Order: sequence, then structure tokens, then C-alpha cells
Amino acid sequence: MTGDELTIPIFKRLRQDGTLYREGDDVSLERVKALKIYHTMLFTRVLDERMLAAQRQGRLSFYMQCTGEEATVIGSAAALEDDDMIMAQYREQGALAWRGFSCDEFMNQMFGNELDYGKGRQMPIHYGSRDLHYMTISSPLATQIPQATGYAYGQKLAGKGRCTITIFGEGAASEGDFHAALNMASVHRVPCIFLCRNNGYAISTPSSEQFAADGIAPRAFGYHMQCIRVDGNDVIAVYEATCAARKITVETNQPVLIEAMTYRLAAHSSSDDPSGYRSKEEEAIWRDKDPILRMRHWLEAQGWWSEEDEKATGDQLRREVLESMKRAEKLAPPPLESLISDVYDTPPPLLQQQLEDLKQHIRKYPHAYPKGASSMGFSAQEIEQSRKAHEQWQPGGEQS
Amino acid sequence: MNMLQAINNALDIAMAANPQVVLFGEDVGVFGGVFRATSHLQDKYGRDRCFNTPLTEQGIIGFANGLAAQGSTPVAEIQFADYIFPAFDQIVNEAAKFRYRSGDLFNVGGLTIRTPYGGGIAGGLYHSQSPEAYFAHTPGLKIVIPRNPHQAKGLLLAAIRDPNPVLFMEPKRLYRASVGEVPEADYELPLGVAEVLSEGSDITLLGWGAQMEIIEKAAAMAEREGIDCEVIDLRSILPWDIETVCKSVLKTGRLVVSHEAPLTGGFASEIAATVQERCFLYLEAPIRRVTGLDTPFPLVLEKEHLPDELKIYEAIKQSLSY
Repeated sequence: MTGDELTIPIFKRLRQDGTLYREGDDVSLERVKALKIYHTMLFTRVLDERMLAAQRQGRLSFYMQCTGEEATVIGSAAALEDDDMIMAQYREQGALAWRGFSCDEFMNQMFGNELDYGKGRQMPIHYGSRDLHYMTISSPLATQIPQATGYAYGQKLAGKGRCTITIFGEGAASEGDFHAALNMASVHRVPCIFLCRNNGYAISTPSSEQFAADGIAPRAFGYHMQCIRVDGNDVIAVYEATCAARKITVETNQPVLIEAMTYRLAAHSSSDDPSGYRSKEEEAIWRDKDPILRMRHWLEAQGWWSEEDEKATGDQLRREVLESMKRAEKLAPPPLESLISDVYDTPPPLLQQQLEDLKQHIRKYPHAYPKGASSMGFSAQEIEQSRKAHEQWQPGGEQS
Repeated sequence: MNMLQAINNALDIAMAANPQVVLFGEDVGVFGGVFRATSHLQDKYGRDRCFNTPLTEQGIIGFANGLAAQGSTPVAEIQFADYIFPAFDQIVNEAAKFRYRSGDLFNVGGLTIRTPYGGGIAGGLYHSQSPEAYFAHTPGLKIVIPRNPHQAKGLLLAAIRDPNPVLFMEPKRLYRASVGEVPEADYELPLGVAEVLSEGSDITLLGWGAQMEIIEKAAAMAEREGIDCEVIDLRSILPWDIETVCKSVLKTGRLVVSHEAPLTGGFASEIAATVQERCFLYLEAPIRRVTGLDTPFPLVLEKEHLPDELKIYEAIKQSLSY
């Protein structure tokens, strides 16, 4: 999709070579913030590469990459206050990294170990952080969008000048939740930014089979909302558009829709293979629009970044990610009790009894449940003894 | 007070006591809801705290989930339980799992969903359903059904203040029909606890909501023949009070469970299985279920479809003569 085919124009600032479309313009992104954004983009790219490799090696069950969409995700997060709420879809790890979620924290979630805030209950990439105002990811598509409307309504009642941003793909915008959310947000006037990553594909379905109109942005008119369409690979444009949207939504309690035109350069997930539904040529066109490269060119033109910085930072990030992964892999799984905690504020009697029954069963067959058994205090030796004892038992034969 | 007045009174008390309580749903604002359960509350507490929403059940519950996650105490109304299904995903996949999936980083414990349910009002297919069993299969929710105005007020106040999402199902047939003494004061009744309405030694009769007055009529018919019935209102479908029910069956040896919803997969099945597990050697007769037919809810033949006192009375006699 190119800008020429669209009726709503695309707000752009940066060319791919790092020069501004209008030379001599001011850029509101100052040096420290720009470098932090770029560092976060590099980290996200390294994390994606390493974790996809880890998935291919069988160390991780699943992964989703942000690759190609870093400018949209991180540029928008950088435009917010740290305690504005982010309610993302699933490939927005860059926004969480921007807020300071550490490499270890990412790893703990992905490996579902005892330090995972989600207690090993969700698939990899379902991050969340109360301290960083990042709502825990939910798998069902688009459910976070009306929730963002409700969250923002609460922020309005609290009157502290905070807003919510919800991020979703153009595929999610087909769900009923999206329409319910935008309508309620405009009727009830909530400080919410709806950020659509129009990245071209919902798994294998291209946007041409997702909607018939000119993208997602025009839907804002039907809901009496302001909107802006932005070049999603242009970090300066995304940052400035989101700054403007935040100002409107916080000052007037009106929701704003941002459509970021970008491209999901990677597969949908580690279980997907895009070669089955799109061409290498098409991907190559977008690889040439790499948002990280575009920002790097701009940073270098400012004299804020160099080849040496790039190499040193890349090496350091790759080391950091690998070491962190090794640490997370070695940690214990969550305790058996976490099976029944957090279903309710306190486990009801029936659940407590179910846990007791399970423990009794595990005590009998610890070798069959090594994670649960070790969390109940069984040593590796005892588990091995149980295995040997039961190996001698054959169905229909004598039990030794 | 009738049941609507008791519910209105409970909402009024909850809003006065906690400025975070926010009421919304279709027609809930100035009109006070199609049944008038929220009458005058917008006048009293303003449009920010009591308001109409657009016609979007999934939107209402999605919005309520977000508002609850933010720290408010939303009381969302779904105008009829028959129309709760567009919101099924937001209830079952979102509200019920919010705390668990985030490892307690976030929760929507402040959420209460109120919805009128049940038949007996000539409502036909889409104004008569009792969908409690669909939600009973979902850990993380609480499901509460009151039988009269006094219960409605105390249970609703407890539901709003409970730190878990609660589905509060109101028997709409009783909204105006059920009248009784209701204290003016603020009081709560416990969730997850059944109530023994009358003690007896021959058979246990168990139900909830609008079915309770039917069960009491059947018990009165049986008493005239010298059958001594123990009558229990389950009050909470999830979590449910296994102890009280089993204690009673261990004493009487017989159980009849009655609900309006269809038989197959109805909550009576869950109760029967659990009681069988725990009371097997004490049972004098098979557990009987008296329920609606396995059909959509009809219009004209409503009386025939519903489990009434005569059907329950017959089940009691069959159990006694087994």
C-alpha cells in the first residue's frame, strides 16, 4: 500500500536516508530521548532475533516479533507520561522495554519461572507490569480495546490528567470489541488513544481482505473522533503524532485514533511461515524501509551516533540477552500452590481440596510430576527412586 | 419493599458509601433501567456515576472490566440475561481470568454484573432464559441469585463489595411480585453460603432464585401428607455451598434439585454428581432433577415448560416411594 492510493494523507517527517522531508524544520525529539528510543529499538530487535532462535532450538515454546514495527511501538510509548496506561495486543514488547522492563523480566515471563509476575500461567510474550502501567496481555484478540475505554473513563473520573493508549492491529479492528470501544469512548468522552498498527497482515490475511475502505483511520469520522494517519516506520512522525494526540485527549477528554502505516516484517509468530502467502520481493521492499535504519541515519546526521556506537551497543545487547536467558532457564518453576491461587482473592474450599488431592497423588507418583514434586520438597534422588520403583511395575503383572 | 425497591436501595447505599461505585448499562440513566432498578440514582449521584451506555453488551462488560482494573467499582447492567452472550468473551475470558493470568498484578474484583433472568413473565424465547450454568463452568466468577427483597439487598451489597467479579442474577418474575420486610440499614449476606429455610427429616429440596417459592409450595403440599421436607436456598451458584447441601442429604437421604434452565448440563447435574460422590452410602433414592425441558423457552406453553410445584411434588413422592 502506498500513500498515493489512500484518501487520508500520511504524516511523515523522515526519509529513509535520514533527511527530513522539509529541510530546516525543527524536530521535537531531543538528543537524550532520541538515543534512548534508538537503544530500545536495538534492544527489541536483538531480543526478537535471539528469542526466535531460542524457539527454533526448542528452548522456548513460542515467540512473537516486533520486527519492522519498532518505530510505531516505541515512538508512541516515548510520547506518553510514564504512568499513562498501556493496553497492548501482543507484539508491543518495545513499549514495555521503553518503560524499563528489564531483560531478566522479559525472560522470566517467557520461561514461566518462579520469578514470572504471571506465575507461569500464560504463553511466552504475555507480559504485564503494574509498576510500569502496562496491562498484562490477553490472548483473545481486541478484548483490551473496550477495556481501555473503561480504564480511561476511570482516569477521567480520577481527574489526574492521565490517559490510556491501546495498541492493536488492523485485523483486530474487525472485531466487535473495536467498534464497541470507539463508540463508547466518543459517547462518554474518555482520554484514550487508539493506536492501530496497520502492518499489512493478520496472520496470512492481507489488509486487502480485511477491510474494503481506506484503512482504519476513516472509521474515526463515523465515531466523531479525531484521527491521524502516520508513517509507522518514521519514529519522529509517530512520536510527534502521539504527543499531539495525548495533548488533545488529556485536555479535552476526547479519544483520538492513530493509524500507523507499517509492515510486519517478521512472521506473525514463531508458528507462522509467511513464505506461504507473500513474496520475497514484497518483503524486500519493506526491508529497505527498516525503521531502525531510518532512525540511525538521522541520528548519525545529527552527530549523535556512530558506527562504533552501533557495534559496541549491538555486542553488549546480544551478550546481555544471552546471559539473561541462561539465568532464566535455570530458575525453578512456580510453586504447585500457584495452580489455585489468584482464581479468586482466596481459594474457595473446593479448590483447596482439589490441591490437597493432587498433592496426595503426586506423593505417590513423584517421578511423573517432577516440577510439582520438587516444589513439594522431593529431592532429585527421591524422584529417581520413585521412577525406578514404578518402572518395574508392568500392567497386568506383579507389582514389585 | 418489593425486590426492585430493595435493589434500588442497595445500589443507593453502595453509591453513598463508596464514591468509586459507578452504574451503567442500557437505559440505566434518567429512565432508571427498563425495570426501574436504578431509578433516581442519576439525579442523586450525577451523570458521571450513573449513565446510559450505547447498545453494546460486549462494550458494556469490556468497559466495566477496564474500569474495574483501574480501581473503580463498576456495577454494569445487562438488560436481560438472554442478551448477555455478546459479552460472554469479556466475562469468561477476561473478567474471570484477569487476576489469574496477571499473577495478581491486575484484577477486576470490583466488578458486579446485574442481570434479570428467568421465565414466568410471558417473555418467550429471548426474555426468559436462565444461563447460570454457562457461567458456572468458569473459575474466577461468583454467581449469586436472590430469592426475595431482603436477600436481594443483602446479597447485592455483598456482591458489590466482594473482591471478585460477581454475576448477580435477578429473578425478574419476582421484581414486583415479591414483597417483604427489608431493613433500611446497610447490611450484607454472605456469598457462597446456602441458607436452610426450613428443617426436615425426610427429604432435601434444593433450588435458588424464583424457584424457591415454587419449592416451598411443593414442600407445603408434601407436608400435608406427612412428608417432612428440608428446604435449602443455594443462593450462590459459584462457588456453591457443598457442605450445607451434603450435611442435609446425609441426614435426609433424599434430594430433589429444581431449576428453570434445561436439564442437560444444568447446574443440578453438578450438584447431583457431587452429592453422589460424598453421600453415596446414605442415599435412599436416586437424586431427582426437576427442571425446564431441553428446549428453547416457549411462549404460550410456558406453564407446561416450567418446573412447577406439582412436578416437584411428584418428584418428592417418587423419591419417598423408591
